[in-house]
Amino acid sequence: MSAVTTPRRRSAATERARGWKRRAPLLPALVFVLLVTQLPFLATLVYSLRSWNLLRPDSRMWVGLANYTSVLTDAQFLGAALNTVLITASCVLVAMALGIGLALLLDRGFVGRGVVRTLVITPFLVLPVATALLWKHIMFEPVFGLVNFLLSPFGAGDVDWISQSPVFSVVVALVWQWTPFMTLLVLAGLQSQSRDVLEAGAADGASRWQMFTWITLPHLRRYIELGVLLGSIYVVNTFDTIYMMTQGGPGTASANLPFYIYQRTFLGFDIGQSAAMGVVVVVGTIVVALLALRLIFRTFMSTQEAAT
Amino acid sequence: MRPIPRPGRPAALRLAAVAATGLLLTGCAGADTATTDGDDTRLVVAIVSNPQMQDAMSLESEFRKQHPGIEVDFVSLPENEARAKITTSVATGGGEFDAVMISNYETRQWAEYGWLENLQPRIDASEDYDARDFIPSIREDLSYEGDMYSVPFYGESSFVAYREDLFERAGVEMPENPTWDEIAELASELDGIEPGVSGICMRGLAGWGEMLSPFNSILHTFGGRWYDEDWNAELDSPEFQRAADFYVDLVREHGQPGAANSGFGDCLNHYAQGRAAMFYDSTSMVSTIEDDNASTVAGENGYAPAPVAETDYGGWLYTWTLGIPSTSEHPEEAWEFLEWMTDKDYVRLVGEEYGWQRVPPGNRLSTFEIPEYREAASDYADPMLRGIEEADPGDPGTRPVPYEGIGFLAIPEFQDLGTRVSQQLSAAIAGQVTTEEALAQSQEYARTVGETYRENER
Amino acid sequence: MGGSLLTLFTWAVGLVFVSPVLWLVLTAFKHENQAATDPPTVVFRPTLDRFTAVLDADFLPYLGNSLIATLASTLLVLLLGLPAAYALSVAPVKRTKDVLFFFISTKMLPVVAVVVPIYVAAARLSMLDNIWTLVVLYTAMNLPIAVWMLRSFFLEVPVAIVEAARVEGAGLPRVLWSVMLPVMAPGIAATALICMIFAWNEFFFAVNLTAAQAATVPVFLTGFITSEGLFVAQLSAAAVMASVPIVVVGWFAQGQLVRGLSMGAVK
Repeated sequence: MSAVTTPRRRSAATERARGWKRRAPLLPALVFVLLVTQLPFLATLVYSLRSWNLLRPDSRMWVGLANYTSVLTDAQFLGAALNTVLITASCVLVAMALGIGLALLLDRGFVGRGVVRTLVITPFLVLPVATALLWKHIMFEPVFGLVNFLLSPFGAGDVDWISQSPVFSVVVALVWQWTPFMTLLVLAGLQSQSRDVLEAGAADGASRWQMFTWITLPHLRRYIELGVLLGSIYVVNTFDTIYMMTQGGPGTASANLPFYIYQRTFLGFDIGQSAAMGVVVVVGTIVVALLALRLIFRTFMSTQEAAT
Repeated sequence: MRPIPRPGRPAALRLAAVAATGLLLTGCAGADTATTDGDDTRLVVAIVSNPQMQDAMSLESEFRKQHPGIEVDFVSLPENEARAKITTSVATGGGEFDAVMISNYETRQWAEYGWLENLQPRIDASEDYDARDFIPSIREDLSYEGDMYSVPFYGESSFVAYREDLFERAGVEMPENPTWDEIAELASELDGIEPGVSGICMRGLAGWGEMLSPFNSILHTFGGRWYDEDWNAELDSPEFQRAADFYVDLVREHGQPGAANSGFGDCLNHYAQGRAAMFYDSTSMVSTIEDDNASTVAGENGYAPAPVAETDYGGWLYTWTLGIPSTSEHPEEAWEFLEWMTDKDYVRLVGEEYGWQRVPPGNRLSTFEIPEYREAASDYADPMLRGIEEADPGDPGTRPVPYEGIGFLAIPEFQDLGTRVSQQLSAAIAGQVTTEEALAQSQEYARTVGETYRENER
Repeated sequence: MGGSLLTLFTWAVGLVFVSPVLWLVLTAFKHENQAATDPPTVVFRPTLDRFTAVLDADFLPYLGNSLIATLASTLLVLLLGLPAAYALSVAPVKRTKDVLFFFISTKMLPVVAVVVPIYVAAARLSMLDNIWTLVVLYTAMNLPIAVWMLRSFFLEVPVAIVEAARVEGAGLPRVLWSVMLPVMAPGIAATALICMIFAWNEFFFAVNLTAAQAATVPVFLTGFITSEGLFVAQLSAAAVMASVPIVVVGWFAQGQLVRGLSMGAVK
């Protein structure tokens, strides 16, 4: 895949030197990321094999895989895993659907287009902690909240959203936060569409809907995939929204894995068990990511490799 | 306003140099966190953001006046978050804090582990700091092997505040020593007496320091207990079930909206805004609900002792205290701050600056003898003092228990166990699970913990 | 639907979508007793009191910390990321794909799984409550995405102009600095913007690793939730002030944002 082909005659030594020279610019970043992300993870691996309750300093000893057994039999851990999937999938998909809609609306010239686009991207820029507080204390507040006020004419203004539908509330806040991101991506895709193709389609008498499904959507596919990938990476690790809005509650009804592990670590203080949870999650994520990334990389890299 | 405190310039320069040469950033690991600005010592104090602590934060300038060389930075967080941060830091020797707000739950355990400075020598060396003046039950609860390891900022028991105006309108009366059944009846009577007014307000937020405080006090007066003398978990016993049903039903039927997410602060707000007819919680509530600036119901309230069922006394005993982690680099200065914040003079300072309703109550006997306080607090001073003096953490219920504590169990595992059980009960209040389901799951957690104690005893 | 109707509709959708933010800003200018009412208060005499109260609560040190964490980490990301992206695109090394894959995969690790070791390590190095700890972590957090984005911008640079410069005898640093950088400037700006947004908004490390000295703006907001009295207007003012810097930057740079994100998709 190298862009420049080197003559094979060079001696092995020069070849190696050249190789290092090429790699050199990569090394600082690589070493940095290795140190900061992988070293702590190794420590987590070690912790996961030990019993360590912060509040019982006398409890530290090797326990083998005992922590893993208790993690895999913890019903709430599984619940949190399900929540993570549910929150991530619904948030990313709904945000993407809304994003496509908004992008289509914004992809025409009209009075004040710049202003509307500015309005629409704002939720992505607002501090997520502020977003969570906004939804909790202003929108979903049971007595004075705007949502209930707007619903009251329809006789449904008496809902305690955060207690009764905690996962739904969290997803609403997250969708609101991530829709602009998707909108921007799709908009970029729409604007990169070649007008010729569209005009040719129109000349052939294709209906708007046909043009959208046959020409635009396939063109957008990569942008959508990228949005789903990046969105998932960030949403799956959501912590602040849950911390501020529901504290994972009521009970652990709205805890996702990051929040649940955080609770086990900083409210339960069982470091061994929470480390084991972390390892399980990492392994699970890697499996999922391997599949997803391979899929996505195939689409991205193949065209590019063909080009080089 | 203070200038941006830290990082100091040397670290910045060093970092710029490090970055410029493209070296690994870990090179700046040596950049030390300078804890002094010039000659001033900076103390970092972690506290819980309850109203009385907020007052202390605003009065810090007074401390500065008396101790010009010491500056104090506060980290103030809601109870659950503060506890997570403080416990992690102290238990791992993180060393971020020079003084921390803890309670009678942590003090003895941490003293035993050597995580806290022994304050007794400093107390003894101080001439004016009258430690004998602390209410005996509280002093006792903060001492390990006869020495105090933290000093109380305020002490609390629990009681019921109720709106005399609403009671009058409804034509009902608060019994002198109410039972929980009577309270439940009153709650249903008063629910919705004005639009948006709930019958009672009680905590439903998960967290052992949140909803388990009121719940445990009810559990114990209902004759329930977490463990029998042999550490057999009893969360599935009929008594426990009855107490849980009572609590969950009362809050669900006549409690405030959003109950499953309301902690002490939210409840305080709710009642202080006139949105509940009764409020069962910490006696320290008076500093807020009797304060004209923070409350719309100041002067409208009556007070009744903690309701009971099977026992004669139903309140809990709790105290927010200040301790010095043994990792503090400035124990001397930290003590000066502790001394200031828990001294008799501080009580006077708050009384004169903010009004006598606002003083942190229930730590010192002498507070109850100040004439201005007696007058301002005539409605509740006696029930409060009685509540604190009568609470007996060693014998919380009707039957013997292997643990100490009323609102909590004084064992290290309780942070975890209590959090998990409170999550279950909070879910029951939200209607996500039934009380039976919540307790069945809770019993499992409690059984695991109990087993470790049984093994240790064998 | 006619053109003007569609325009009207678009405007309506945009306004509804952003209305929570507008309401938040509105609330920040209210008195506390107007902030939580039923029905909501719409007409009122605006006040700046809530904002001054936030400033009085020592907001500026937090702002300063956030600025340092955001700017320093973004700078470092670029310093480390540009050469790496160069190596991965213009002069690809063996196993480029694996390296890229490794970078991206670190983004998928839940940070919560490593927070305890990081906390313990920071405690040992006396780096707790130190803003440079956050700088290091934010750099590691943003570097993978940045390398990925920057790489696609490098691929955009026409090979011809690079080779022309090389023929003229320009060394690698010169090629980078005076030939490629100008072409890539918009892409670099987009990458920096994304990094700044995520660094400014980061909460998990900030809340767990800082106390008083290094706490950033998101932490300020959590500490601002007090239990005393009414607080919705106050909270709104704090939320607005905490968000304004990055919102304004984002507004001005939205064109770059669109461009930057889309290039990541094409290459």
